[in-house]
Amino acid sequence: MLQVLRWQIGIVAELVQETPRVASLVLDVPDWPGHDAGQHVDVRLTADDGYQAERSYSIASAPEDHRVAITVERLEDGEVSPYLVGEVRAGDKVELRGPIGGYFVWKGSDERPLLLVAGGSGIVPLMAMIRHRAATGSKTPTRLLYSSRSLEDVIYREELDRLASAGDGLTVAHTLTRKQPEGWAGYSRRIDTAMLAEVAWPKAQMPIVYVCGPTPLVEGVASLLVDMGYDPASIKTERFGPTGG
Amino acid sequence: MGFISRGFRGKKRDTASSSRLPPGQYIVTDYPVLSAGPTPRIPLSEWTFVLEGEIDQPKKWTWEEFRKLPTEQVTKDIHCVTKWSKFDTVWKGVSVDTILDGVETAAEYTVQFSYGGYTTNLPLEDLTGGKAWIVYEFDGQPLHPEHGGPARMLVPHLYFWKSAKWIRGIRLVNQDEPGFWEVNGYNNYGDPWREQRYWGD
Repeated sequence: MLQVLRWQIGIVAELVQETPRVASLVLDVPDWPGHDAGQHVDVRLTADDGYQAERSYSIASAPEDHRVAITVERLEDGEVSPYLVGEVRAGDKVELRGPIGGYFVWKGSDERPLLLVAGGSGIVPLMAMIRHRAATGSKTPTRLLYSSRSLEDVIYREELDRLASAGDGLTVAHTLTRKQPEGWAGYSRRIDTAMLAEVAWPKAQMPIVYVCGPTPLVEGVASLLVDMGYDPASIKTERFGPTGG
Repeated sequence: MGFISRGFRGKKRDTASSSRLPPGQYIVTDYPVLSAGPTPRIPLSEWTFVLEGEIDQPKKWTWEEFRKLPTEQVTKDIHCVTKWSKFDTVWKGVSVDTILDGVETAAEYTVQFSYGGYTTNLPLEDLTGGKAWIVYEFDGQPLHPEHGGPARMLVPHLYFWKSAKWIRGIRLVNQDEPGFWEVNGYNNYGDPWREQRYWGD
């Protein structure tokens, strides 16, 4: 059971610009031990004078993918993210170790319906779950509620549209909190009780809930769900604070 | 020196603070929130703190009783395993030494347990000798529920997941019992200066 997490070198095979501020780094990691959907990696950057900086990033790729993808939001005053989104090119090497975390994971063996609630780049570990679900042909009833500032800020938009149109039990609801395109048919406000009542599985169906995003969204959504009578023990949370650098 | 990240320069080195910053950490000035589930709601009228396990008589305090215990104010640097460190945080609460005063036990390990079900384990010696507190004020204000209020543990010499939020009690045990994060991939001890983040570190 105990495994030592060694630092490894991943080679950037591909860069995908997901939104103006967000990019995915698709890495070849020769000795990758495999991961569960929802886990993260630590990335360590080393300058030529030996100075190092480390950050954690959620894994975006399904366990079934032969490459490991992380999706990074560029924070302008950050130290690591402006390097990963802006400086790194295909063929560069990135030092990382993982996978890390055994709680905020979905392995697909759970029979309960899945409710996923994301804010901004909090979609990343939930996308790994959605991709895992698709890759395994799972029919687990799954609902995603995804809050973004604007349509341009929606990460994985086309892939989510495509997966949701497959008719295999995945539905995706978007809310755009700051700016909506003309004729927008989705939600256009912060997540509230009425929205959760429309999107979430009835509590009698005992869904397992994963919430990931900035702290105010996570605290708010988890608290609303508890108020609505959902079992606190079935609500798993993960946060992306303003400090993630 | 082995690997170098092409084109990475990093921010300006702050040599004055680097001696206070464990490896792999960076300094924040705000106070990020981390927890695995919803924030528990604990009315003070129902709050209790218990000391149980390998002692003759379990000890229990209501909120009122707890607030009458001798307090200490401490200023500490805290280090989260998610890489942020925060310097000079100011807390008020009760030393674990006070809680254990007069207690006879053969136990060598402890389990902190919380409202909401969280647990974390430590050797008893990491909670004694002025190393750990049960705190209920942060920066002169009552501890906010997001940060573990009404009361949380403060064990600042270890990564902050070893300081249980929403503390409900401490169990004294003879055998080490890995807690919530410790069975989910995180290090059993968690010394930031040895960068003991994960299993095997």
